Amino acid sequence: MNLRRDVFQAIADPTRRAILMLVATQSMTAGAIASNFDTARPTVSKHLQILTECELLKQEQNGREVHYHLNAKKIKEVADFIEPFRQMWDDRFNKLEAVMKNYKSEK
Amino acid sequence: MEQKTKVSAEDGKQEIIITREFDLPLELLFKAYEEPELFEQWMGTKVLKMENKKHGSYAFETSYNGNVMFRANGTIHEFVLNQKITRTFEMENTPFPVQLEFLEFEKLTDDTSKLTMHIVFRSAEFRNQLMQMPFAQGLNMAHDRLQEIVNKLT
Repeated sequence: MNLRRDVFQAIADPTRRAILMLVATQSMTAGAIASNFDTARPTVSKHLQILTECELLKQEQNGREVHYHLNAKKIKEVADFIEPFRQMWDDRFNKLEAVMKNYKSEK
Repeated sequence: MEQKTKVSAEDGKQEIIITREFDLPLELLFKAYEEPELFEQWMGTKVLKMENKKHGSYAFETSYNGNVMFRANGTIHEFVLNQKITRTFEMENTPFPVQLEFLEFEKLTDDTSKLTMHIVFRSAEFRNQLMQMPFAQGLNMAHDRLQEIVNKLT
């Protein structure tokens, strides 16, 4: 599995980006995060799960409550602009490979 | 798993090196650059001109919904079959200055080959700006979708 690609898929979703923006200012519980959205609570939970799995968010136990906060290290990694550029070329070259394999089999 | 496409961009330098190993014989890899119809297929573009010879030139444009979104052109300085292409690359109607590209094609085995693209920019700043484009586009698209949702809510 390509983890870094997953990170970019994670931030491509507008709700998840909104969650990241929300949590950027202060750590919050899942309930507090969900109260900012019209979406159903399980949907928000799913988003939180994805963001946690790709390490953009970190969970922190505070007594009985679980707070979510940004994982600064991971965010910085995402800001590494080379990765989308590399993926763009990787996609192009994958296409080239597919086109030429097809071309070869047609001959 | 090791990545097939690698990008090397050292801090403060005005160049990038992109390498890729293909599951294709060298001749087929080179053909993908040589034949306009094949180039069009994998680049998703329309070739307006392609003169594969020393001092030849090329131009292509990419359309979306019938509108031309992107045009690029350049001059070919060296064209050595199954070995190398040296060319300039310029995006039209953008502030980016022309860039110089050295493409080297190598045979690895009978069925695999390698491409090394060495791109030289006018400055390190222009290099960084160009490399940030796919990242910025991704963010803008995400932002646009966020805006759509906000618009629907209000």
